[in-house]
Amino acid sequence: MLNYTEKEVANRKALVINPAKTCQPVGAMYAALGVHGCLPHSHGSQGCCAFHRMFLTRHFKDPAMAASSSFTEGASVFGGGSNLKTAVKNIFDLYDPEIIAVHTTCLSETIGDDLNALITDMTIPEGKYVVHCNTPSYKGSHVDGFTNMVSGFIRYLAKKGPETNEKVCLLPGFVNPGDMREYRRIMNLMKVPFIMLPDTSGVMDTPMTGKFEMYPKGGTLINDIKDVGNCMATIALGLKVSEPSAAVLEKQCDIPYQALPLPIGIEATDKFVMALQDISKDEVPYALEEERGQLVDIMVDIHPYTFGKKVAIYGDPDTVLGIASFALELGMIPKYVLTGTPGAAFEERARELFEKFGMEGCMAKEAGDLYLLHQWIKNEKVDLLIGGTHGKFIARAEDIPFVRMGFPIIDRYVHSYMPLVGYKGAMRMAELVSNALLDYRDRTCEEKDMEMVL
Amino acid sequence: MMNTATDKKEEFSVLEERKDSILYKYEGGCSGTGIRCDSDSVSGAVSQRACVYCGARVVLNPITDAFHIVHGPIGCASYTWDIRGSLSSGEEIYRNSFSTDLREKDVIFGGERKLEAGIEEIALKYHPRLLFVYATCIVGVIGDDVDAVCKSMSKKYDMQVIPVKSPGFSGNKATGYKMACNAIMQLLLPYKNREKRNGINILGDFNLAGEMWIIKNYMKEIGIDVVATFTGDSSYENMIKAPAARLNIVQCAGSSTYLANRMQEEMDIPYIKVSFFGIEDTTNSLLRIAGAMKDEKALQKAEEFCNRKARELEGFLETYKKGLEGKRAAVYVGGGFKAISLIRQFKSLGMKTVLVGTQTGKPEDYEVIESIAEKDTVILDDANPAELEKFMIEKKPDILVGGVKERPLAYKLGIAFCDHNHERKHPLAGFEGVINFTKEISDGILNPVWKYVRQ
Repeated sequence: MLNYTEKEVANRKALVINPAKTCQPVGAMYAALGVHGCLPHSHGSQGCCAFHRMFLTRHFKDPAMAASSSFTEGASVFGGGSNLKTAVKNIFDLYDPEIIAVHTTCLSETIGDDLNALITDMTIPEGKYVVHCNTPSYKGSHVDGFTNMVSGFIRYLAKKGPETNEKVCLLPGFVNPGDMREYRRIMNLMKVPFIMLPDTSGVMDTPMTGKFEMYPKGGTLINDIKDVGNCMATIALGLKVSEPSAAVLEKQCDIPYQALPLPIGIEATDKFVMALQDISKDEVPYALEEERGQLVDIMVDIHPYTFGKKVAIYGDPDTVLGIASFALELGMIPKYVLTGTPGAAFEERARELFEKFGMEGCMAKEAGDLYLLHQWIKNEKVDLLIGGTHGKFIARAEDIPFVRMGFPIIDRYVHSYMPLVGYKGAMRMAELVSNALLDYRDRTCEEKDMEMVL
Repeated sequence: MMNTATDKKEEFSVLEERKDSILYKYEGGCSGTGIRCDSDSVSGAVSQRACVYCGARVVLNPITDAFHIVHGPIGCASYTWDIRGSLSSGEEIYRNSFSTDLREKDVIFGGERKLEAGIEEIALKYHPRLLFVYATCIVGVIGDDVDAVCKSMSKKYDMQVIPVKSPGFSGNKATGYKMACNAIMQLLLPYKNREKRNGINILGDFNLAGEMWIIKNYMKEIGIDVVATFTGDSSYENMIKAPAARLNIVQCAGSSTYLANRMQEEMDIPYIKVSFFGIEDTTNSLLRIAGAMKDEKALQKAEEFCNRKARELEGFLETYKKGLEGKRAAVYVGGGFKAISLIRQFKSLGMKTVLVGTQTGKPEDYEVIESIAEKDTVILDDANPAELEKFMIEKKPDILVGGVKERPLAYKLGIAFCDHNHERKHPLAGFEGVINFTKEISDGILNPVWKYVRQ
């Protein structure tokens, strides 16, 4: 399939080939699914909504419910106001959500629908909510869409009251339900009361009950979103994905925030735990210390196999940087780190990481694509590839062991239930990485080098 | 006597606008006003329906040596990158994703220059014969003249750059099929006066899991020449030979009847609709193809071939029928013709189809469905998940046949699932397909996993 990839890297100005990103609305839809009783609504053509639902379903293997304004020719000429009005009425009549979270699309943005005005003019049933965010598909990526939806919830709902609720507002970043469950476990172990926004656990990883729930048990409660206005602090996980929403909350409700990288790997998780300790003023419980010790023990066990191995990592900015950071901790060389999402900070942060570990010759690229990554790999091969499903063709073409992490993973199962974050997540990553390297060795080494014990 | 579902079932909350899209079939039923299909989704519905771009892309995507450039923001390209499961015996360029990834400044100043530059990048590097440029939602709104760009680039680099007008809002998926067919016609028209030869074109098969190869083998078996295929495993050189064929056979009627009609009118090639799903439809189709070609020898060969194949399957089917007799199936697929084949196939396994829906079925398809469906079968057009769920709970099927979006819904209800769409795991067409399909249905229904689903 990738016979067309040319080794020589030419400066492409016009085309993206084999993207490492997608558009904003799908991120907004995912974020909105993390609010309890919420029906995400796509204000655009019906195809957008169908594509996004399919994309999410392929990754999470769970139904992703969302409605569409179903634009027609008329809407694209006269504006989508009446479509939205009809949609909201129909949605409350038939699907009865507690809240509708509208996001825009390239079309509704380009024709200039003013969602603020449209929603203000709308009759919304008593006790129900309609919120929105702008997600022009021609800016940023799905990661920005997630951020914008989280900010949208805050803008519409967060209110500062007279008293603090003594809780932390935790912004989880664009991660899997498995990661969100792991955050919760760590927060509970650290005895820090919190509100997590959004929380897709219990929504996109629901148990089998033989019943289909349009609004599953999970998700951040609307009252809790209102209440984040009374939090004593925000911890924003993911500098790219979460910090902007923390800034919105700070501005709106005067809540100080601390932005941290996604807690992937040992140091980033340490930072997260320390930040929690600063708040709880309590000792780190033995359970967590034990986990950290186990993780280091595992890293010692596998270091002969990971040390010096070159790895290429692609996907969303915060996730890629987190994986790169753990790879460095494992003694690996993050030869190429690439994200499709635009934003110069990615390259800066990657370079900081490289410098910290004394790495030379590693390359980082924002707004890149998988065609470019393949070209790089053709010029200098790596020992391991880490990213979402779409890299599998590169792995096959170049015969590189491949570990799936990040979004989207549409050809494997179970990933969305399991964390990458925290010490437990790092243990899982250590297992995935070392298994991939050792499986490859067992499969490809010469007969004389085949060993029973590794 | 035909009633809308809600007349009978007051407890179902169904959008008022949607009532005409749902039918209950009662004993001795005959078509009254018929079902309301082929219209746009209602604003606010959790519709399963895709857009014009999606329809156009899925039809053209399997053309193996074409560059498919999606002109628009990145999403449309990302969501359709290699999703179709179409296989190739030659080039694989179509499995890559090309997009102009329009950004804010392009939206303000226009994207024509970027499109031109993109086409040039490809032209200079690969010198291809064929490029498709998909114009997505905002392209027209920001005033890009895609036709003009394609025309000038075609001329400049002596290649076919064909615009596909597919803004998502300009209709539904069926409109997209039509736009794709128009793009194909633009490619074929310069060759429309080719001298006819004894052969057929296969329309509306996309070589999912290699199904085109199965059909082509059957044609070889009965001695009928295949001139060109649309679009499974096809190429530029292959397609432009198409006007020489004497007959078109149309497998996926929903997507390709429009192309067949245009080829009939403008190239004098008659067509017949065929289906290769199930023994009955496969046999009928082969006989009808031989008949339409007025080829006695082929007819005889087809008869012998199908009888032999059917005989070979007898023991197999009897074995599986034992486990499947009396089980209940639900069908929710794209086109009406496939739904019809599936109802027949389930019947032949001793199963009952209790729920039938399509996304793009035509009124005439629904007439056939009504005539072959058993009593009490629910018939839906463009169902949303809430409706599907309500009727699945009521009709209690053992398995749902559908596409990607229906799988998790079926699983959540503890119902087995068979993907008869882009994610099919093996060929479902022809006699080989009967084996795969029967096994999949049986493995799905009889799987021990359902025992663990709490009821």
